[in-house]
Amino acid sequence: MSTPMTGPMNGQDKLAHLLLMREIEDFLYREADLLDEREFNAWLELFSDDIRYWMPIRKNLSFKNRERDISGDHETAWFDDNRKTLQSRVNQIMTGVHWAEEPLSRVSHLISNIRIEGEYRDVEGAEILVKSHFLVHRNRMETETAFLAGRRHDTLRRVGSSFKICKRKIIIDQTTLTVKNLSFFF
Amino acid sequence: MKSAITVGGATNWFVDRNIFSSADIYQQELERIFRRAWLYVGHESQIPNVGDFFLTKMGEDSMILTRDQEGKPRVMLNSCRHRGMKVCRYDEGNTKLFYCPYHAWSYGLDGRLVGLPAQKESYDASFDKSKWGLVQVAQVATFKGTIWATWDPNAPPFEEYLGGAADALRVGLGPWDAGDGEVEVISGVQKWIIPANWKIVAENCAGDTLHDISHRSVDLARIGPGEGVGRRDPFGKLYLTHHREGHGLLYEKFDIHAPREHYSSSPETAAYFQMTWKKRVERLGERAGNAPVLGNIFPSSGFHVGQPRTIVAAHPRGPNETELWRVFLVDKAAPPAVKDFLRRYYISYAGPAGMTEQDDMENWAYATEACGGTGRSLQFHYGAAMGQSHQDPLIPGNVSDQFWSEQNARQLYTRWQQFMDAKSWDDLRFEDAR
Repeated sequence: MSTPMTGPMNGQDKLAHLLLMREIEDFLYREADLLDEREFNAWLELFSDDIRYWMPIRKNLSFKNRERDISGDHETAWFDDNRKTLQSRVNQIMTGVHWAEEPLSRVSHLISNIRIEGEYRDVEGAEILVKSHFLVHRNRMETETAFLAGRRHDTLRRVGSSFKICKRKIIIDQTTLTVKNLSFFF
Repeated sequence: MKSAITVGGATNWFVDRNIFSSADIYQQELERIFRRAWLYVGHESQIPNVGDFFLTKMGEDSMILTRDQEGKPRVMLNSCRHRGMKVCRYDEGNTKLFYCPYHAWSYGLDGRLVGLPAQKESYDASFDKSKWGLVQVAQVATFKGTIWATWDPNAPPFEEYLGGAADALRVGLGPWDAGDGEVEVISGVQKWIIPANWKIVAENCAGDTLHDISHRSVDLARIGPGEGVGRRDPFGKLYLTHHREGHGLLYEKFDIHAPREHYSSSPETAAYFQMTWKKRVERLGERAGNAPVLGNIFPSSGFHVGQPRTIVAAHPRGPNETELWRVFLVDKAAPPAVKDFLRRYYISYAGPAGMTEQDDMENWAYATEACGGTGRSLQFHYGAAMGQSHQDPLIPGNVSDQFWSEQNARQLYTRWQQFMDAKSWDDLRFEDAR
């Protein structure tokens, strides 16, 4: 189906939209759970081969420049991974000598405010823009604790009865990071 | 202060752990080191035009780096002279004035107080605006695109301060082809706070070869820019060198006639590397094969000119806390695809999400923690490969014969002690360098 974003949906469209929303929510919750359960390789399978996993940096800028307070495509970022580097991150954890995550941190992903943005067609290979918010809690060793909040703009590609994430932009609410490292995922 | 260093004969060299945890020593460091030394504050490519500004730090202070009407870089304390509020709260931008949001004092690009409300009504005629401008550093210097500043009017000129490390920065901060082209900072600064003492970061940047083993996970995970390599393309033979000014560096030596198949994961980058490498050898000859890799300029301005190519300033925030500011550098003339490949490789390597640096910060944090408690009465051992330095015709400084050496850390703490003991720069300058 495709959503008519101009004008009201008919009953059938509304039902299809609701079912798709539930399917996407379920997908994102399951994804969060794979991370929190430390099923990193299974988590990677949710991403397409052309994934851009990107967390720009933020800046304090004047009101008139506020739209540039998220760094651009070719500027410095916290993460700007492709499939290969994302795989390297998982491989690094699996070495057992990645000291930032050895022993593993305890991480919880709280994902909320999930919604579909813009028009979409739910057919094989089509891409759907999905926005969500996150609150990520990380605790490691004895008392080291961090909470990081922000938003995600995901592009989900319909593949059979599920999706692949083919773009994830992570917009974090910090300029100077208050955590010593980002050795966990968003 | 009393000496924190104990030299025990020819093979033992100790540093009190207390210097990484004592609040008193930390306060002395702010005065005796960070108010005296030359500190890295930014790069010319961050303020190309008149009125461009960039917020930076010196020690714990917020500083404005700007380009004034004469085109000169200025470094000023970001604090209104009236009640101290920050007059600039944007990380970067372009302006004609720095305006205080509190009581509306405003300052020009050169720091002069140019306006305050109700001056005639509120202040006596003797009020002298020229005495109430933003506080300026004593000296500013530029060097191969980088900008440095010091609070101390008696500090020697920057090149004298660099001493023998100038060679490494001159070559390392320039473009890959060693020509006159510009190098630029990739827009944006990574800033993050770590629970570690700043000296542990400085020690790492100065060439802590012994910690190489801590990065085994990235070598196994093969994060490098070439197919099948560990975290970097292969080095030549590595040599530590240090200078009496407190700077520690790492160089590599390799055969300039042997093929260098670097950046094989990116055909565009590999081609750009080959093209610039050829020109570099034409320009530098044998010196191209004696290349600086990384180093620390005393006290805590670290640079890495190989893989990755980056500058990090370790700003102190207390005995147990440091704010790291990291920027990445590329040749301005490099094709966009090359810049982009390097940008992504660099941030996958360094910074808080950098796979290599993540492990450093874990180690630095818990090493710092152990300098409190019982640690206050203990010492660290810095005795690896003592007395094994020589002079090299193509690498300036005291070059180590032994790779697994702590000679650069020893020099860092020797100079640290000199700064902490000195009454002024009169006690710190080298007569033969004047």
